[in-house]
Amino acid sequence: MVALASSMNSTFPRMLLQHSRTRPNAPAMREKNLGIWQTFTWVDTLERVRALAGGLAALGFKRGDNLAIIGENRPQLYWAMMAAQALGGVPVPFYQDGIASEMKIVLEEAGIQFAVVEDQEQVDKLLEILTDLPAIKHVAFDDPRGLRHYQQPQLVNLDSLCDLGREYAKSHPDFFEKSVEQGRADDVAVMLYTSGTTGAPKGVCQTHAALIATAEVLREFDNLNADDNVLCYLPMAWVGDFLYSFALTHVAGFCLNCPESPETVLTDMKEIGPSFYFAPPRVYENILTQVMIRIEDASTIKRKLFHYFMGVAKRVGMKILDAKSTGVNNVSLWDRMLYKLGEILIYGPLKNVLGMSRVRVAYTGGEAIGPDLFDFYRSLGINLKQLYGMTETCVTVAMQRSGEVKLDTVGKPMPGVTVKIAASGEVLVLSPGMMKEYYKKPADTAEVIDENGYFRTGDAGFFDPDGHLKIIDRAKDVGRLKDGTLFAPKYLENKLKFFPHVKEAVAFGDKSDNATAMINIDMAAVGDWAERRNLGYAGYADLAAKTDVYELIRDCVAKVNFDLASDPNLCGSQIKRFVILHKELDADDGELTRTRKVRRRVIGEKYAKIIDALYSLDESVLIEAQMKFEDGRVGIVKATLKIEDVKTFTPAEAASSAKKAA
Amino acid sequence: MSARKIGEVILKVEEISLAFGGVQALSNISFDVREHEVRAIIGPNGAGKSSMLNVINGVYHPQKGSVTFKGEKRAQMDPHKVASQGVARTFQNIALFKGMSVLDNLMTGRTLMMKSNLFQQAFYWGAVQREEIKHRERVEEIIDFLEIQSIRKTPVGRLPYGLQKRVELGRALAAEPTLLLLDEPMAGMNVEEKQDMCRFVLDVNEEFGTTIVLIEHDMGVVMDISDRVVVLDYGKKIGDGSPDDVRNNQAVIDAYLGVAH
Repeated sequence: MVALASSMNSTFPRMLLQHSRTRPNAPAMREKNLGIWQTFTWVDTLERVRALAGGLAALGFKRGDNLAIIGENRPQLYWAMMAAQALGGVPVPFYQDGIASEMKIVLEEAGIQFAVVEDQEQVDKLLEILTDLPAIKHVAFDDPRGLRHYQQPQLVNLDSLCDLGREYAKSHPDFFEKSVEQGRADDVAVMLYTSGTTGAPKGVCQTHAALIATAEVLREFDNLNADDNVLCYLPMAWVGDFLYSFALTHVAGFCLNCPESPETVLTDMKEIGPSFYFAPPRVYENILTQVMIRIEDASTIKRKLFHYFMGVAKRVGMKILDAKSTGVNNVSLWDRMLYKLGEILIYGPLKNVLGMSRVRVAYTGGEAIGPDLFDFYRSLGINLKQLYGMTETCVTVAMQRSGEVKLDTVGKPMPGVTVKIAASGEVLVLSPGMMKEYYKKPADTAEVIDENGYFRTGDAGFFDPDGHLKIIDRAKDVGRLKDGTLFAPKYLENKLKFFPHVKEAVAFGDKSDNATAMINIDMAAVGDWAERRNLGYAGYADLAAKTDVYELIRDCVAKVNFDLASDPNLCGSQIKRFVILHKELDADDGELTRTRKVRRRVIGEKYAKIIDALYSLDESVLIEAQMKFEDGRVGIVKATLKIEDVKTFTPAEAASSAKKAA
Repeated sequence: MSARKIGEVILKVEEISLAFGGVQALSNISFDVREHEVRAIIGPNGAGKSSMLNVINGVYHPQKGSVTFKGEKRAQMDPHKVASQGVARTFQNIALFKGMSVLDNLMTGRTLMMKSNLFQQAFYWGAVQREEIKHRERVEEIIDFLEIQSIRKTPVGRLPYGLQKRVELGRALAAEPTLLLLDEPMAGMNVEEKQDMCRFVLDVNEEFGTTIVLIEHDMGVVMDISDRVVVLDYGKKIGDGSPDDVRNNQAVIDAYLGVAH
């Protein structure tokens, strides 16, 4: 473990210099090349960054310039980031799968003159829009493959740029150190464009001070040190990668490992065995699905063993994991021995295959995670925790402490962070990791940061009795029932969607007497369920209308209501009535966005008749809906849909049955 | 787009005739292939395209005619000799070792370049080890080139068809050929796989300067990536020239679309 000098006034380039002085031969980065992991020590890294910086400087890159970085996670691109910072410039990473026309907006706004890109694919994108962007003077590429015959004067190979930089260093000795010396902690260290789900993309400017302060907190929070290992495979343009890979490498001094290619991440992870892991819920979900598919293909004995020990893990695994941090042990000796045996036979080998044997802390965030998913990892002994944050606050607003993990909260506010709940229910944050501004957008900046310096997250939430922050929905979607109860549609919908039988759900209730829901069944899951019960059906609409299916879904809704009843803030928003739609909500019909988010307004208009029926006493509703077929024809589908009531619970009922269960 | 330099004639086929008993597979075919070019052979089913490739790499021995490769003229080629002179090929129906990993399959492509004998290899010491490392490095470069890192250690039999085709191309490349014969490299692929394969064929041609002769059914592909095209029909040559010439050639149109009688 390396103790770094107080980094309050530091910048990333200064930290790079410090690492290369104090621990020159410690690994800073690894990359798999031609099948072999190549290690770059801090000295190697400094040498390359210095060469790159020299090359950029020789071409005219100055303090305050922005440097576009486009590509997968490659050491060369991280070095380019460091080089830009050393010269007092600002790296602007781009999503590597963005299309040229989207990139153009950002390239234009950021006034990009220099770009460092990965390969031909990215070069082609830039060349496509180059005529509209005369400001771009130099495009340096790392992988020369396919680019041999490109004649554009802007193009330069990254290797020749480095050679140029080494020449430059001869005539300008100490240019690097001098430039780093001029850097200040409140300079902008990186500009991260938010994906722009709401309006145009905005460049979030984060300073060295904010990032370093946040990284320091993270390091202490989970005891990260120079012996940790991280695999960086998430997009470089995402704040999560910048903070957890780039910033923490500097602050904690651990080694950053770049995967060989996006397809090899699983193999690379197994080989590296990272000790710290961060991924959005869908990554965890993909891994679980893969595991389940492969287990179903395994031999009977292996399958039986797996299911038996997963049952044991589900029963006691999480308690054992929590006991490690809290010291409270309430698992019987027999169960602990069974779990040990399971660790040898199942959990250990499984974690090894997943590359999670050495994971000390794993995080997820960004969206709600399903209970099955969360429990699966935690019961295996992987310390998976949730966090909450956004680009503008350097992510870390709230995080779960080890031993204080709850499924539906995001933990307590981090040290140094103040969280306030506005009267509207919106979460307000005061954090040392607060962004400096939105690039060239003072009006937008003023809109999100209030006069006291609090950042308006746009999320609605509240604190639960233990002081954990609970995020329930986007603030603008949150409404009130007529009696004033908080109504958070997304929260209800997520809870419903965690059932495998429910594919999509839309909740209604704003300014109404009670909450209701429209549900899409999951054709694969419910179809399978029906087959096992010898329940014949002709298609989606037929299956959705079956009485048995209604019963199945009603149980799911009732379980959601039961959960809600135990939460004083949300007890009133239990779902009174629901309907199962006769067709799947579809992006082609404009009901969902391309990323499968529900379009409330469209659905509200299109299915007004159903919504009215949900709030009447009718037991069914006749609906005609327009539907677009795959070949582009438009047809009308008519159906009579049943509407059913669901049991609701009082808080007392929920509490008493919870006691019984315990 | 590319500024590849197409050089001298590297392969010349003169008046080749090939018959299997009473079936005349090829009659009196002549054409040439220049260095660094992509040359396509097209034609309807049974036109004699694969037979032509088999004549070039010496699997079939024509009754008449000669093949001149790198200035050396012969009446018939011998597969082993041809391979050591720098001709590699892929097959219409994949001919890989299904139970072996991708890596091992590619290593077999280096066989002709291995200098050590069986006895030395059994001990795997000194020079042999150095040699293997050298070959392995080259193979890894090809894996990188074809973007198949994620399946490096997967048995070939478990891969989808499109990837197997790519591995087969890799094995041919491992022999570092000057002339590469591709027998329907895109057959049975979906649009995306075809695009990838086209990209790889062009990249091979551009990066390694490899001369490529390919047989292909997909006219769009052929017209896009080849410099010159030979058209065969019932064992006869009915067209030869740039893709545009061939596209407007009446005999070719008739062969593909049929003629009113």
